Amino acid sequence: MFTSLLAPFHYDYMVTALWTSALIGGVCGLLSGFVTLKGWSLMGDALSHAVVPGVAIAYLLGLPFAVGAFTSGLLAAGAMAFVKMKTPVREDAVIGIVFTAFFALGLLLISLFPSRVDLKGIIFGNILGIATGDVVQVVIVSAVCLLVLALKWRDLMLFCFDPNQARALGLRVGALHVTLLLLLSATAVAALQAVGAMLVVAMLVTPGATAYLLTDRFRVMLRIGAALGAVTSFFGAYLSYFLDGATGGCIVSLQTLIFVAALLFAPKHGVFASRRTLRRARAQEAAVP
Amino acid sequence: MPTRSCGRFSARGTRRRAKFPLPVPTSSSPPLSLAAIDVAVTYPNGLTALRDASFRLAGGTICALVGVNGSGKSTLFKALMGFVTPTTGRVEIDGRPVREAQRQSWVAYVPQAEEVDWTFPVSVHDVVMMGRYGYMNFLRIASAADRTAVETSLRRVGMWDYRDRQIGELSGGQKKRVFVARALAQAGRIILLDEPFTGVDVGTEEAIVALLRELRDEGRLILVSTHNLGSVPEFCDQVVLINRTVLAYGPTSEVFTAENLTRAFGGALRLFDLAQSTVNDHDGRSVTVLTDDERPLVLGKRGHLEYLDRTGREKLMSDREEEQKGKS
Repeated sequence: MFTSLLAPFHYDYMVTALWTSALIGGVCGLLSGFVTLKGWSLMGDALSHAVVPGVAIAYLLGLPFAVGAFTSGLLAAGAMAFVKMKTPVREDAVIGIVFTAFFALGLLLISLFPSRVDLKGIIFGNILGIATGDVVQVVIVSAVCLLVLALKWRDLMLFCFDPNQARALGLRVGALHVTLLLLLSATAVAALQAVGAMLVVAMLVTPGATAYLLTDRFRVMLRIGAALGAVTSFFGAYLSYFLDGATGGCIVSLQTLIFVAALLFAPKHGVFASRRTLRRARAQEAAVP
Repeated sequence: MPTRSCGRFSARGTRRRAKFPLPVPTSSSPPLSLAAIDVAVTYPNGLTALRDASFRLAGGTICALVGVNGSGKSTLFKALMGFVTPTTGRVEIDGRPVREAQRQSWVAYVPQAEEVDWTFPVSVHDVVMMGRYGYMNFLRIASAADRTAVETSLRRVGMWDYRDRQIGELSGGQKKRVFVARALAQAGRIILLDEPFTGVDVGTEEAIVALLRELRDEGRLILVSTHNLGSVPEFCDQVVLINRTVLAYGPTSEVFTAENLTRAFGGALRLFDLAQSTVNDHDGRSVTVLTDDERPLVLGKRGHLEYLDRTGREKLMSDREEEQKGKS
């Protein structure tokens, strides 16, 4: 029994997959704190879909996938900013138009060259079959993101909470905005490998949303988010070995289970805790003559 | 938790102040001047919110920025803070561009309650620490001086005991005090407050006014945007009247005339002329004025302003008494 539980660790490809997942999950979880508080969840979804044509082109040309994905993501972000600035169309509509356009282009490209680009791998992820070169790219992207966040998380927190105060203190709000957008694109690119384009947004939102229910401190929220992302990604990949199911599905299902648990049982913001507080308030009300 | 606001913020805040002096070296830093020079702001949609707006103020004063909604009040605020760049004209702080003043952390901003995300997971202490970013290094790691400044500021507004609360778990008045504390921690020499008395109980309003007076006496320039006319003569030394441009600016007693206010407010002002009133003459001055939220502005026949708080206005009171005697 015990030996069968350790079975995945006997395969090098599994060990690589597990640790790569954990790394990606941790970085996404860390960033998800900023994404959820800034209200950029839809933006995360959009960018993760918009990177698909870039990945397809990169594979076709034999370039590193991260370069293609990143370029494509930035083009999409630029296109959104441009359309939003030039037209009175609402922001969510702009995001909807641009990211579906990019995604459609990606699907078209992949369908035109089915033998050279792995559609399933891009849309649903293929961490168990990840190539060494791709692991290196993921590690580099993650390391850069972690470094930037370690150095600048306080500035980014102020930017999310009160951009006017940041501006009043002479901080470059435009630069912070772009930094956060770049981090979002970069992590979306990395997460593509783990869970695929369809589920990247979950990695960028669910851990942060869960952590938000569990604490009232931003620093703690970041830590919880990163830990949740890493642990669920590790065990999600691990479970997918036994279930022989989609890794992305396993990881995101685990994250959702933890979110639901937090939703119900969180000490302060959970459903049961709110009910308790309400009941206590009513009792106090009744006690006052 | 009850709001502890009885005139002064709290006994403790007052008592400890001597022990924790304000972080800003007020005596060595002379008052700053703030000037708008022919400022015009046109938004990308073609709306010109403000044109030819000019005024000049110098530190050691409390000035009200008065105008109706849509008069360009908040646009002028944004221009002064450097949040919007004037299409033409310029803003100068101590004769220098706004950007320079920002780098020096000279201008502190107390936002309207609606502008703040109260569900953000930050504590009272965290928020006040955000006033110190300009003094920190690249990594924004708080030094002992930063912590002292935060503590001093929080004690000064009587919120030190609440430092670990999440900001959403405070009353309206407490929330306002936290952001005033942030401006103090920033050691802002010009402090802009956007509608500071909306959603605040009378006790807190009085306490904030008392604090603003202290800050003025330390040589700071306090600019308060408000549409609450009645309280303006009470605590503002100067007024800038706005309606798409600066209509008038200067000492309150000179600017706050029925004529100027009618120009600034147009039809938005309700006027009750008691001379034409159904209140009988023999009622004399025994007229009770009730209002639900804001204080009404009461003007005498010669433009005399009504002051409830008469400390520091002894000269004015005796002048008026002389006038009264001369007449009878």
